[in-house]
Order: sequence, then C-alpha cells, then structure tokens
Amino acid sequence: MESYGWGRYPRIEANVMFPQSVTDCYAALTRRSSLIVQGMGRSYGDSSLAPEIVNTRYLNHFQAFDEENGLLTCESGVLLKDILAFIVPHGWFLSVTPGTQFVSVGGAIASDVHGKNHHVSGTFTEHVVQMELLLGNGECILVSPIENADLFYATCGGMGLTGVILSATIQLKSICSSKILETVIKCASLDEVLNGFLSHQQATYSVAWIDCLAQGKNFGRSVLRIGEHATDQSLEAPSKKRLSVPIEMPGFLLNQWTIQAFNTLYYRHHRAKRKNPCKISYESFFYPLDKFMHWNRLYGKSGFIQYQFLLPREAGVEGLRDVLREIVRSGKGSFLAVLKVFGKKNKNYLSFPEEGYSLALDFKIEPQLFGLLSQWDKLILQYGGRLYLAKDARMTEDTFKASYPGWCEFEEIRAKYHAIGKFASQQSQRLGLQ
Amino acid sequence: MKRILIIGATSAIAQATMRIWAQEKNKLHLVGRNKEKLHSIAMDLSVLGDSVITNAVLDLNHLDAHQSMLDEAVKILGGIDIVLIAYGTLGHQKTCELDASVMLQNLHTNAISIMSLLTYLANILEEQKNGIIAVISSVAGDRGRQSNYVYGTAKGALSLFLQGLRQRLYKSGVSVLTIKPGFVDTPMTQAFRKGLLWTTPGVIAKSIVAAVAGKKNTIYAPGYWWIIMQIIQWIPERYFKWMSL
Repeated sequence: MESYGWGRYPRIEANVMFPQSVTDCYAALTRRSSLIVQGMGRSYGDSSLAPEIVNTRYLNHFQAFDEENGLLTCESGVLLKDILAFIVPHGWFLSVTPGTQFVSVGGAIASDVHGKNHHVSGTFTEHVVQMELLLGNGECILVSPIENADLFYATCGGMGLTGVILSATIQLKSICSSKILETVIKCASLDEVLNGFLSHQQATYSVAWIDCLAQGKNFGRSVLRIGEHATDQSLEAPSKKRLSVPIEMPGFLLNQWTIQAFNTLYYRHHRAKRKNPCKISYESFFYPLDKFMHWNRLYGKSGFIQYQFLLPREAGVEGLRDVLREIVRSGKGSFLAVLKVFGKKNKNYLSFPEEGYSLALDFKIEPQLFGLLSQWDKLILQYGGRLYLAKDARMTEDTFKASYPGWCEFEEIRAKYHAIGKFASQQSQRLGLQ
Repeated sequence: MKRILIIGATSAIAQATMRIWAQEKNKLHLVGRNKEKLHSIAMDLSVLGDSVITNAVLDLNHLDAHQSMLDEAVKILGGIDIVLIAYGTLGHQKTCELDASVMLQNLHTNAISIMSLLTYLANILEEQKNGIIAVISSVAGDRGRQSNYVYGTAKGALSLFLQGLRQRLYKSGVSVLTIKPGFVDTPMTQAFRKGLLWTTPGVIAKSIVAAVAGKKNTIYAPGYWWIIMQIIQWIPERYFKWMSL
C-alpha cells in the first residue's frame, strides 16, 4: 500500500497491519523484524513510515472514565475528536490539544503535541498520568512519571521508537461551557504581535497567524487570537458539518501570487484593530482547518513540507526577526504560518517546546526549497533552536543531534527496554537513530 | 428500554451501531468468538453509554451451540426486542475457486450458520409476537459477479431467506430487516484501495439504527447503492458476462 504522512511527501510502499487487540499487536511484533506504529498518520513527514507499519485505528476503545476527577483511560487509537465528543457534554476538556482533533492518543503522546496554551499548560504528555506499553521483547509494562520513569520520558515525544503505546490515562480539565471567548487583535508588525503575546501571557490560549510574505513596513504583520473558556454553562456536542477537498489539486494552484493574495485578503478581512470578545464553538477556535477534510490535497501531487522551528528566548526577538527576514526574502510563501510563544520545557528526552518562539510554515515542494531549508537549519542552529520532529521530512542527522542533545540518553533507554532493532521509521534512520 | 442481542459483536459495523444504542438506557447482550475483543468492546460501551452490557463467547460456525446460546441470551435479557446479526467473512475468491472446501466454509460462515440462527430466532420472536430481526447482507448478493460470487452467493441466499422469513413473521407482528451495505472501510476490507464510493461504519450504523426504529424491510446503506444496484441488475446477461465488473 502506498503510504505517506500529512504532507504527502515522502511516499513509500509499505505493508500496513491493522491489529484489533493486544494479541494482534503482539503477533505483528513477533512476526516482523522491525516496524513503526502509526495512528492517524497526521505527522507531516516520514515519522510513521517504514516497510512494516502497525496502524492503531482499530485499537479505539474507551476503557474507564472517572467523571468526578476527570481521568480518562482509553486505547491509543482513540481520536481526540471522539474523546471531546464524549467528555465535553460531561463538562470536561482536553488539558492540551493540538490544532487538529484528527490525531490519535498514541500519536499525541509520541509527538508530544502542544497547543495554544503551551505557555500555561505545557504539552499533552504533561497531563498523561500513565501508559501501557508493549515492548520489543513482547512484554507489556506500565510507565508513568513514577514507574519506569525513564521509559515514560523517552516515550513521550519518542516518535513511536520505544514500543507500542497500547493505552493511556489522561487528566482532563474541567469546563462549564463548550464555547470559547475569542479576542482577535490585528498587529501591524512583528514587534506588535510579540508585545501582544507578552501583554496577554496570563491568557489561557494565544496564537498568531503571521503573514510570512509581507515586506517593508508590513513585515511580520499578524492576527493574534486570544481565547478563554466561556462561563455560560452551556455544554454542546460538536457539529458535524465538514467540507472536503475531494481530489488532489493541480500543482500550480498554490503559488507565490495566490498565497500572497490570500494573505493580504485574510489580514484585511479583520477590519477592526481589536474585536470585542466573541463566543465561538471550541471547534472553530481550536480546529479551524478540520472543517476542510483533506485540505492537504490543495498542495497537489508533489505534496508540501511543514517547517516548524523553535528559537529559544535567549535568541531574542532579533533571532526571530533574522530568520523571518530570510524566509520573506526567499519569496517562498506559506498561507498557513503560525506563531506561538512557548512556556517552559518538560522532562521528555526529545521534547521540542521550550521558552521561546515557534514558527510553523507550509511550503509547496519545489526544486529550490530543500537548499533554502538547509540554509535556514544552519541559522536556527546558530540561535540554539531546533525543528519539530512531527513536522520534519528532511532534517539531517547532524542537525538533529546538534539540536536534540537528549538523543544519547534516549538511545540508551531504548536499548535498555529492547526497542533497538524493533522500532524504526524512515525518519529515525535518516536521523541516525538505531 | 430495549433488549438488544448483537451476534457478531466484534464487527466494525456492529460496534458503531452498538455505540449508538448504548446511549439510551438499553440492555445489550454481545456475542462473538474473540473473548479479548469482546471484552474491549463491552468495556467501551460501558464507558460511553448508559446501558447494561453483557457478553458471551461463541464461534458461530458451531451450529450445535446456537440454541443454547440463544436460550441464555433470552434468559439474560428477559426477551429480545432487537437482534442484529453482523458477522461475516469476505474470504478470498481465488482460493474459493481452487479449493471447494474453502468455498464451502465461506458459504457456511456467511449463509448456513446465519440461517441456523434465524431458524431458532424466528421461533423465539414468533412466540413473543414482537421484535425485529436485522441482518447485515450486502449489495454483493444482488447479482453474481466474477470478482466475488462466492461471497455474493452467500449474501444473496441470505437475502432470499430473510425475504421469506419477513413474510412469515409479519403475521406475528415481528419485523425482518435486510441491510445491504456497499463498500465500507472495515477490517474485512482492509486490503482494498479506498475510493469515492467508500464509507465508514459510523454512517452504516446510523442507517441501521434508523431502519430498525422505522421497522423497514430492506435498506441499502448508504441509500445511493439502491440506484447503483438497480443499474447493475438491469444490464442484460449477454452483455454482463462480457464485462469484468
């Protein structure tokens, strides 16, 4: 079966297995020399690609719900979407959610996903109480911050390379409304949007869309979105209306001019400098793109690269300005450019977020792109930054090892828990992991 | 409160359907052959829904155990308002062509074993004078095609059996529903490349729940398969045999 990530690049031929139970997982493990586990395949590159793939879509059962304390236990193939559909009417929400709800619990843990509230609540795995893991030697064990803690912190953000996550218990957060109070602030420059983040650092949720093609006086113009859970005591189930991009679009559809036109229109569409807080559904606030199924098809047959990097706070605004200037100068446009200010780092060995600035951009795949990305990699390394593994499709081993010093200990823990030679992806091999 | 018996409860369509039924305060009794999967599903329904969930393990190809399994189900549920038969196996057409015993096993699982269950169930519900029997057949049973005529034969035979049963049981106030799904993305079809006409178990489940509530006779799921199959059935045999559909 032809397999690919969300960016539709790269593509490989793979044998994909769909276990329906722990016994099936065990059988897949013992019959294959090496494999990678895949959830929804929403990582952008080759994190869940390998000649043998174990897909968890049928490991999708709920196991327990402590409604009083907000603790949910479920199999790793359960989608965040299905969790929310269940817990929201009960007055609970995910402590941390990424920008799409079409992600499995296992994927959320393996990619250590972060959301619009990272500065306050950290990453998804910081709210995982416990997990059940199937190791490379067939053993099933429980891992948590207090039991087999080294394996816990390796598995969180470990890109599926430590074992098969079978199930997890997560701590939810209490809500009294399914709506979000959103404030939209138009920022004419990079300085303005960064000041905006600073002045709203007590806000629960904050994220900015940034125009990465704007030059001159418009450089870094952005739309900052601040969110709080509403308090109106109305807990509604989600709506189900979605549009779909039914087929792959032609490659020329998204180009510098159409993207520039989109960016300009999008920025101008927000007329007021600052809109009064407006109540919107949690789906509209957290998952605006989920309304368009298969939006990745807009990029055409060649697919696209998502480039998400972090610059630590020490790099300062100057570092961010420097990198953004290079990107603007290249003229390579992204109409989905997201800027976020992160909070503290966690204990995971391969964790991506730390205090600093994160920018996520999509680039259509064109011949000159890879050379440019390599140049930007060097600049980001100079500032002590790194790239997000769940978005990566082309980072080199040197760049990875220079920017993720935890990789050594990560490999030691993998060896200790029988993962070496059993779990590997195309990405892990490219990054020089065993 | 409905008393619902689901036979073949580990099937993807059955799971999606039960998730809907479990939301109301019903009693669900699940029967399937894989203990581990059954336990998983039962736990899932207990968390997600508000119903009483029980289960029993049985390989439905063991015909001599059908009567006792059904007697036990009636005892646990206190009667049967809805029974959904949702198990089946696609099998491998080419292997069936080469080995008659494999072909016969396919027919046994998909048709014979279900007819055995229906024989007992018909008598139970006829005595009750109410209830509905819903069985998942397939569009494949509407016309024999070279690509899957063994599976198609089983489903076609099943649809015919259900038709006769419907007419008989109507006189006792019992309904019989034939469900004919088209292409559904489930573990049974995981080898197939999915395209435009493919749908999910969730969509089929909604159709089943609505059709059971409405006491329908036959449904195509999704509904557009009715016109597709009308066209397929209309093609004269002298042209059809020339095609490779």
